[in-house]
Amino acid sequence: MAAVRLENFLRRHEAKALLRFITCGSVDDGKSTLIGRLLHDTQQILEDHLAAVTSDSRKWGTTGDEPDLALLVDGLQAEREQGITIDVAYRYFDTEARKYIIADCPGHEQYTRNMATGASTADLAVILVDAARGVLVQTRRHAYIVSLLGIRQVVVAVNKMDMVGFDERVFTAIRSECLELMARLGVTGVSLVPVSALKGHNVVTRGEGMPWYTGPTLIELLDSIDVNRDQHLADLRLPVQYVNRPNATFRGYAGTIAAGGLAVGDPVMAVPSRRVSRIRSIVTFDGNLQQAAAPMAVTVTLDDEIDISRGDLLVHPDRAPSVGRIIDAHLIWMSDSPLLPGKQYEFKISHRYLRGTVERIHHRVDVNDLSEHPTTELKLNEVGLCRIVFAEQAAFDTYASCRTTGALIVVDRLSHATAGAGMILASVAPHGVHHDISVFWQPTRVSHQQRANQKAQHPCILWFTGLSGAGKSTIANAVEQALFLRGHHSYLLDGDNIRHGLNKDLDFSDAGRVENIRRIGELAKLFVDAGLIVVTAFISPFRGDRRMVRDLVGPDEFVEVFVSTPIEVCEKRDAKGLYARAREGTIRNFTGVSSPYEAPEAPEIEIDSSKLTVTECVDRVIRYLESQDRLKN
Amino acid sequence: MARMTQLGRLEAEGIFIIREVAAEFDNPVMLYSIGKDSSVLLYLARKAFHPGPLPFPLMHIDTTWKFREMIEFRDRMAREIGFKLIVHTNEEGLAAGVTPFTHGSRYTDIMKTEALKAALSKHRFDAAFGGARRDEEKSRAKERVFSFRDAQHRWDPKNQRPELWNLYNGRINQGESIRVFPLSNWTELDVWLYIHFEKIPVVPLYFAKPRPVVDRDGMLIMVDDDRMPLRDGEKPRMETVRFRSLGCYPLSGALRSNADSLTSVIEEMLVTRTSERQSRAIDFDQAASMEKRKREGYF
Repeated sequence: MAAVRLENFLRRHEAKALLRFITCGSVDDGKSTLIGRLLHDTQQILEDHLAAVTSDSRKWGTTGDEPDLALLVDGLQAEREQGITIDVAYRYFDTEARKYIIADCPGHEQYTRNMATGASTADLAVILVDAARGVLVQTRRHAYIVSLLGIRQVVVAVNKMDMVGFDERVFTAIRSECLELMARLGVTGVSLVPVSALKGHNVVTRGEGMPWYTGPTLIELLDSIDVNRDQHLADLRLPVQYVNRPNATFRGYAGTIAAGGLAVGDPVMAVPSRRVSRIRSIVTFDGNLQQAAAPMAVTVTLDDEIDISRGDLLVHPDRAPSVGRIIDAHLIWMSDSPLLPGKQYEFKISHRYLRGTVERIHHRVDVNDLSEHPTTELKLNEVGLCRIVFAEQAAFDTYASCRTTGALIVVDRLSHATAGAGMILASVAPHGVHHDISVFWQPTRVSHQQRANQKAQHPCILWFTGLSGAGKSTIANAVEQALFLRGHHSYLLDGDNIRHGLNKDLDFSDAGRVENIRRIGELAKLFVDAGLIVVTAFISPFRGDRRMVRDLVGPDEFVEVFVSTPIEVCEKRDAKGLYARAREGTIRNFTGVSSPYEAPEAPEIEIDSSKLTVTECVDRVIRYLESQDRLKN
Repeated sequence: MARMTQLGRLEAEGIFIIREVAAEFDNPVMLYSIGKDSSVLLYLARKAFHPGPLPFPLMHIDTTWKFREMIEFRDRMAREIGFKLIVHTNEEGLAAGVTPFTHGSRYTDIMKTEALKAALSKHRFDAAFGGARRDEEKSRAKERVFSFRDAQHRWDPKNQRPELWNLYNGRINQGESIRVFPLSNWTELDVWLYIHFEKIPVVPLYFAKPRPVVDRDGMLIMVDDDRMPLRDGEKPRMETVRFRSLGCYPLSGALRSNADSLTSVIEEMLVTRTSERQSRAIDFDQAASMEKRKREGYF
């Protein structure tokens, strides 16, 4: 009978769910006392241990004859004095319902780093607020870091209620302030409980001080809140951790399922390579499975021998994550040497180390008031939103959708120290700026106006557009020569030259053409900012693209020059033999033949090279610039 | 999400850590102490690489003073499971006559700590698994899963790497190494429960049996062979004892106990944990246990 009862007890204990939580607060908030109270009242403390604490309490404690429960978890002070880094201490206890792992982060100096470390593996956060002091700056800091690390369940323990006479109004006021703060941070799962850790009210047992409070005690909350990892992503993510090839016949891909599930026969795709196969078997030591789901550790074999290595992600072919080289991520800096944009680091995502740089820091976030500030570096314990560029393609999700595939660490390439941690906010397309976030322009010391004044000109883009063979390049070149002779500073961007270098990765599809023009526009904009008169000569057949460039610069900085030479003349010239090949069909998407040209509706200048000589064309352009007061002498 | 029990999650975490080390390091080794934690560690490693063999060897630092039953168990496991076993002994120490009886605390330094460092250097291991748990003592509560060591095997407490998510940083320079603790988040009860449910073999010394012991300096010491010098008046007598932890027999205190099976060992452990609380026997009935807690209130 006893054996059966024991076996039942063991089964129950084995079957408990595991909940990991972080405690946020300082010694002043009574955090150690609260943890001590949790351990003591859930019967985790051996009698001899408690006796030792009781005797210590008379010597060191602050509670008179009662044992100072803070001493159960302290002992860290001495280590701190010895200079030992204490970032996170882990403690274990259980109730009838759950087994708990507490990540306890002491210390004020390293607080951001420590809290982030503890929060990274936590399902839930307990934030302590001192009832007598209310919501403080540190409460906001705790709440922000908790939300940054993606914790969606927060319990606010309003402690030291005994110090405010168990006054319900104090609790109610703190309650509304906390709910507002959490809502602003997007944390929706918020519970509040008034407690006295010292007296033991509403921690594990209810106590008598607060009859007006009829909600759950702290431990009842912890036992009942459904966290289930708050994983939003239902799609399969199996990061390949280890390729298991014990012999020539078995080739298994071992890993821990990060999200979703898989079953025998399911189609899967490896990213970033995008090779596709099907699940043949799911192998475990305890026998093969028909299906498996997060967070199980499995080994799968596939129907086809496709090339997959450690670091790849196995996903459903229709539900792939982002693949790319550029991301925006919040970085928490953890190293004494600051994060410098442009410096090479290694980034570990899932099971891959990628080289890369932080291209720029969009802004630094002040963790105390959430304000954003421009900066050129991130120091220890600072948080910033950064643009990261990897040397190779990587597969990832946003941190909000999947913690495992959306998190990264930054490794210093010389010391190999872990220098920072990141949460991916968005993938950035190489062809465009994503619109999720505001991008700060780096402020520079010398202004656009100063550069322009120095060069005695009003910088602008002279945008030549027209059919192939219309005379754009010839005229643009001549204009530039004329400007140079008059002592002006200019730069000619020519279509073919750009496609040989900057844009050599682009094809002539519509998307390629759009991107071609976009990059040229961005480049022209930088040159205008540098004070130059930029002369461009591209067919640029689409109105929308030209408008996009016009919108990039100031209203009077874009001068559209339409070279309106008729197509018959252009085709007759056909210096490069392109029209002939287009008519044969060997060149596809040729403007004017097999792809449209949208003529400008209101160009600043229009010139027809079939009616004017090159010199006359140049004169028109120069006269226009003079009439607009662009050229000073 | 699969609904996983807490032991299931701990198991998955352990397997993850073991695979990560096998994938990232050139030359890992699993330290094998033959105890219950080592048994769980070995079992997790077998699960991690099934159906393949372990991709790394096990290493036992043999002081030559281990219980005979431990050595028998070790060799039987190596035979049955088929892992590569390295046994390292500090031969210089042995030749110099270093024993637990002659060298006191220096013995552990020379035959265990020094021997381990020498063995790690000799084989150029860059990662070593150990079975330590964070719940063992207060100071271990903050230990990393990947614990960095410099080229002299030194642990610099001021220079430990932050450890976030499960993104373990396995980058090291030549000569540096890490110690890895896949059982970090396990408690003693978890270890025993896992052994129970997974039917993992452990050394029989954990179970009570009549054994020859002497009372010495407040400990019950088992006389495992005739190398043990008996003091005046000491005479080995048979007592029913078992061991809570295993090491060198002259340094391991036995426990008077009748717990001769896994379940009775677990029961004894549970009762011992709480019996000193006004001799309250472990209450296996859930409702009564909750009621009792409510009645107890605070203090």
